[in-house]
Amino acid sequence: MSAAAFSFGGEPVIATPMGALVLPDHAALVVADLHLEKGSALARRNRLLPPYDTRATLERLAAAVHRWQPQVVVCLGDSFHDGGGEARLDPADRDALTNLMAGRTWIWVTGNHDRDAAGALGGRVVTSWSLAALTCRHQAEATADTPELSGHFHPKAAVALYRRRLSRPCFVEDDRRLILPAFGAFTGGLDVFDPALTGLLAPHFRAHLLGRDTVHTLPAAALLRPRR
Amino acid sequence: MRGSLTDTALPAAFAGWFMARGWAPHDHQMAMLAAAREGRHALLVAPTGGGKTLAGFLPSLLDLADGAHRGLHTLYVSPLKALTVDVHRNLERPIAEMALPIRAETRTGDTPEAKRRRQRRQPPHILMTTPESLALMLSYPDAATLFGGLRAVVIDEVHALAGSKRGDLLALGLARLSRLAPDARRVGLSATVAWPDDLKRWLAPDADAVSVDLVACTEGTAAKIVLLQSDSLPWSGHTAHYALPQVYQAIVESGTTIVFVNTRAQAEIVFQGLWRLNDAALPIALHHGSLAAEQRRKVEAAMAAGRLRAVVATSSLDLGVDWAAVDLVVQIGAPKGVSRLVQRIGRAGHQLDRPSRALLVPGNRFEVLECQAALDAIRDGELDGERPGPGGLEVLAQHILGTACAGPFTADALYAEVRRAAPYAHLARNDFDDTVRFVTDGGYALAGYDRYCRLTRGEDGSYRLAAPAFARLYRMNVGTIVEAVMLRVKLKKGPVLGQVEEYFIQGLSPGDTFLFSGEVLRFEGVRDTTVLVTRADGSEPKVPAYAGGRLPLSTNLASRVRTMLDRPGHWHALPPPVHRWLDLQRRRSLLPAGDRLLVETFPRRGREFLVAYAFEGRNAHQTLGLLLTRRMERAGLGPLGFVATDYVLAVWSLRPATDVAALFGLDMLGDDLEEWMAESAVLRRTFRNVAVIAGLIERRHPGHEKTGRQVTFNTDLIYTVLRQYDPGHVLLRATRDDAARGFVDARRLAALLTRVQGHIDVRRLERVSPLAVPVLLEIGKETVEGGGWEEALDDAAQALIDEAMRAPSDGLVAGTATA
Repeated sequence: MSAAAFSFGGEPVIATPMGALVLPDHAALVVADLHLEKGSALARRNRLLPPYDTRATLERLAAAVHRWQPQVVVCLGDSFHDGGGEARLDPADRDALTNLMAGRTWIWVTGNHDRDAAGALGGRVVTSWSLAALTCRHQAEATADTPELSGHFHPKAAVALYRRRLSRPCFVEDDRRLILPAFGAFTGGLDVFDPALTGLLAPHFRAHLLGRDTVHTLPAAALLRPRR
Repeated sequence: MRGSLTDTALPAAFAGWFMARGWAPHDHQMAMLAAAREGRHALLVAPTGGGKTLAGFLPSLLDLADGAHRGLHTLYVSPLKALTVDVHRNLERPIAEMALPIRAETRTGDTPEAKRRRQRRQPPHILMTTPESLALMLSYPDAATLFGGLRAVVIDEVHALAGSKRGDLLALGLARLSRLAPDARRVGLSATVAWPDDLKRWLAPDADAVSVDLVACTEGTAAKIVLLQSDSLPWSGHTAHYALPQVYQAIVESGTTIVFVNTRAQAEIVFQGLWRLNDAALPIALHHGSLAAEQRRKVEAAMAAGRLRAVVATSSLDLGVDWAAVDLVVQIGAPKGVSRLVQRIGRAGHQLDRPSRALLVPGNRFEVLECQAALDAIRDGELDGERPGPGGLEVLAQHILGTACAGPFTADALYAEVRRAAPYAHLARNDFDDTVRFVTDGGYALAGYDRYCRLTRGEDGSYRLAAPAFARLYRMNVGTIVEAVMLRVKLKKGPVLGQVEEYFIQGLSPGDTFLFSGEVLRFEGVRDTTVLVTRADGSEPKVPAYAGGRLPLSTNLASRVRTMLDRPGHWHALPPPVHRWLDLQRRRSLLPAGDRLLVETFPRRGREFLVAYAFEGRNAHQTLGLLLTRRMERAGLGPLGFVATDYVLAVWSLRPATDVAALFGLDMLGDDLEEWMAESAVLRRTFRNVAVIAGLIERRHPGHEKTGRQVTFNTDLIYTVLRQYDPGHVLLRATRDDAARGFVDARRLAALLTRVQGHIDVRRLERVSPLAVPVLLEIGKETVEGGGWEEALDDAAQALIDEAMRAPSDGLVAGTATA
C-alpha cells in the first residue's frame, strides 16, 4: 500500500488509500464522516437499502486502527448519520466499535448530522479539538487562523484517463487547511471545484486521490474541472 | 386471396361497411372472428399492413354493436404510446362510419390525471394502453370493479414484448387480470417469428399453448430484395460511405424510402452524407431515439402525410405506425438477424398485394457475407431471434408490491397466480418466497432490521401494505424501462434539439464538436441537466458513440456465415472483391471451417496478435476477450488489449500464446467467469437497473433529480456492500441472471467453448492474414479496456504528474512514501 506522506501545518502526515489521515509523531488517526447507520436512517424513511453499511465502515476503521495502532482517534463529525444512530446500532456492531475504542483516547467531534451526539459509547464529545498545532473541526472555517483538519464536504476529484472521466474521493489540501474524504461506506462526494470548496481553498491546492492501493497526489491544475 | 364470402359471417352493417370501401375481409380477419365466436384465445401472426389491428378488434366491435355492454369490454395493450394513439384513430373510423354505440379511449403516461380518474369511474368500452399504465390501473383497490366485466384483451406487437422485462411485467398483469375477469379472451397480434409456440404459451392464461388458436396470414407477396453491387468494398466500418451515391439514386427513383441503420451515430453520419449529395433538395429527414419527442412526432406526421421522400432511421421506426406510402426500404450495415431484417423490409409496400422492395447495403466485407446469409435465410423461410426466457425476479418484486397496493394477498394464492404467467411458469417456490421477503423488509440476512418493512403480515398470514406511502412510491416507480441518464441538448438561446446519454458528454471538453440531429454542434457547457451547444458549421465533428442500438449477430446468421465460408463452391454469388479476399485467405492461412474454431497468431509492429474467428456476436466476444486476457495475464503473456466484433476477437500481447488450446479451455467458464462477473462494470450497471425495477432505489423524476452520476455512485456502493455481506441476496441473483443473458452472453460463450473443445485449428503466421485485416482496423476506433481502471489509474498517474508539472502551479508535490 502506498500512502502519500507530506507535511501539513509543520506536522508530518500520511494520507492513506482508505481515506484516514495518520499523524505519526502523535500516534493519532483521523477520520471524517463515517455516517454510521445511514442505511437504517434511510430505512426509517421507507428506503430499504442494504443495512450493512455500518459493518462495512467499522471493518475498514478496524483495519486502519490495526495497521497504525493509534493512541488517539479523532472522528471529525457526522460519525452517525442522525441523532438516533447510536441507539440503532446492531449489538455486534456496537461491540466491534467499543472494542476499537478500548484503551484509546477517542474524540467525537460533532457535525451537522450528529450535533446532539450523547457519547453513550464513551469517548469525548467536543465541537473542536486541538491536535498539536492543528485544529480539528467538522466543517472548515473561512476565518480559521490555525492550520485546520476537517471533513463535512466529502471531497472528490476527477482526472481524465483515455478520454474518460474517472472520479475518486480525495484529501484536498492547501497551506492552511486539509479536508478529509468521507470514510463511510454509503457516502457520495462533492467535486473539489464546487464553489463551496474553492471558496475555502487557495487556487493552487493539491488533491490526494484514493486509488485501490495507492494515493495519487495531483496539483489542482492536473484535475478535470466539472462541466459547467 | 381475399375473403371468400362475408354476408353469412358478418352482420349487414359490417358487410356493408367493407363493401362501401371496396374491401372484403381478409381470411385471417374472418379466422379471428371464428376463434372469438368459439370463445378461443387467438394469436394472429401477420406481416405489417395486413389489416392486423382490425382483425384484432373486429370481434369486439361486433360484440359491442348492440350497445348492451356496460363498462370496459376490451383492453388493448401496445408497447408504444404512439401506437395506441394511431390505433385509436384507425378504430374511430369504422365506429364513426357505422355509427356504432362504442366509446374508445387511450390511457398512457401522457393522459391527464382528471381524465384517468374519470376513466376509472366511467370506463370506456375499449381502452388502449401500455404495459406500465395497465400495471398502474391494477394497483388501485378498485381494479376488480374496473376490470370485472372485461371480455377481451388485445396485445399488439407480442413478439416485441415477450421475452423482455416489459413483457414479464405485462404477463404478470395479465395473470392478475385473469383472476379479476376469468372470462376475458386473449388476442395477440405479432409479426412473423421463428417460435410461434413460445408466443402462444406466453399469451395463454395458463402458459398452455394448446388453448390458443394460431391464425397465420398467408397472404402477401415475396419481397424483392437486392444486395447492392459495388466494385469497391471497404475493409472495415459500418456507414457504407462508399455506397451513398447509389443509395441516393435509389431514393430519387422511389416514392418514399426508409433508410434503416443500426446505431444513432450511423444515422447521423448517413443523414449528413445523403444531404451532401442532395442536389435536388429532396425532403430527407432523420429519426432516432435521442431526438426530442416533438421532433420525432413531426417527422412521423410529415411521413404519414407523404411530404417526405426519405427518412434515415434507427430501430426507433422498427415498430409502429403504418405508412402505406413507403415503397423502398434500405438497410445500411449488417442486418444482425433475419427476423429483424424481415420486419424492417415489411415496413415497405404495406398493402399485401404489393411486394416490398428492399436494398441491402453492406458496410464492409464481413457484412457482405452477413447480408448474403440473411438473403439465403429469407429465401429458405427460416427466421431467428431469441426465444423468450424466464422472467426476472426484480420484475416479480415490482409486481408483488403493486399487488399489495391493490389489497391484501396470501403467498400461496399469489404464487399460484404468477405461475400462470408463462415467464414464471417454472418459478421455484423459494425464489418466490425470497422475492416476497425482499418486498416485505428488504430480505437482508441481518437480524433486527425487519422492523422496517413495506408489508405487514396479518394473523391469517396475508400480506398487506404497511403504509400508504409505499403505494405512492410504487406508482412513481412503476415500469421496467430504466433509461440511461439523459441530458437535454439545447442550442444556446435556441430550442432543445434532443437528448444525449450523460456518459457521452462526460468525455467532451468545451469546444469539442459532435454530430447530432444532423448538425455539427460545438459543446459549450452543461447547466443542470441541459447541454448547451452552438452550431459549428463546416468543422469536422467528433462523432457521438451512443451505447444504444448495438444488437449482436444472431446465432442463426452466424452459423450461416460460417457455412458460407466453408463452401467455396457457393462464393460465386458474392461480389468479386469478397471472392478474391476469401481466396487469398485460403492460400495464406485457413478458412474458418464449420464447427471448428480457427485461431491465428502473428507478430505485428512489436506486438503479438491472437485472432479467434468465433462468430458468436459482439457480447459473447467481449466476455471472451475479458476472460482470455485474464488467463493470458496469469500465463505471463502480457496481454495489452483486445477488440471484439460480431465475427472475431483479436487480442494483443507482449509475448505470443503457445498453448492456445489450454487458453480456450472450458474451465474458463468456472471461477474465471464468476470472478470477472463479480468485479465487472457490466454487473454494476445491471445491478442499478435491477435495483430500480425492484424498487430498492428510486427512479429519477424530472424536477427533483439528483445528477445521474450520484445515482450511479450510490448503487455502486450498495452493490459492493451487498456483495460482500449478503452474496446470496435475491437482487444479486437477479443481477447475475440478467447479465448472463444480456451483456455477458454467457450462454453463447458456453455453447462456443463446448463446441470447439478438441476442434481448434491454430495457425502461426508470419504476418496478418487477409481475414484479420478488418478487426485490426477496428483497433483504435473502439475503446479497449484490458485491465480494470485501477491499473489504468496507476499507469496513468505518472504521465499525469509529468503533464501537471509543466502546468503553472506551485508544484510543491511531496514524493509518495511506501507505507
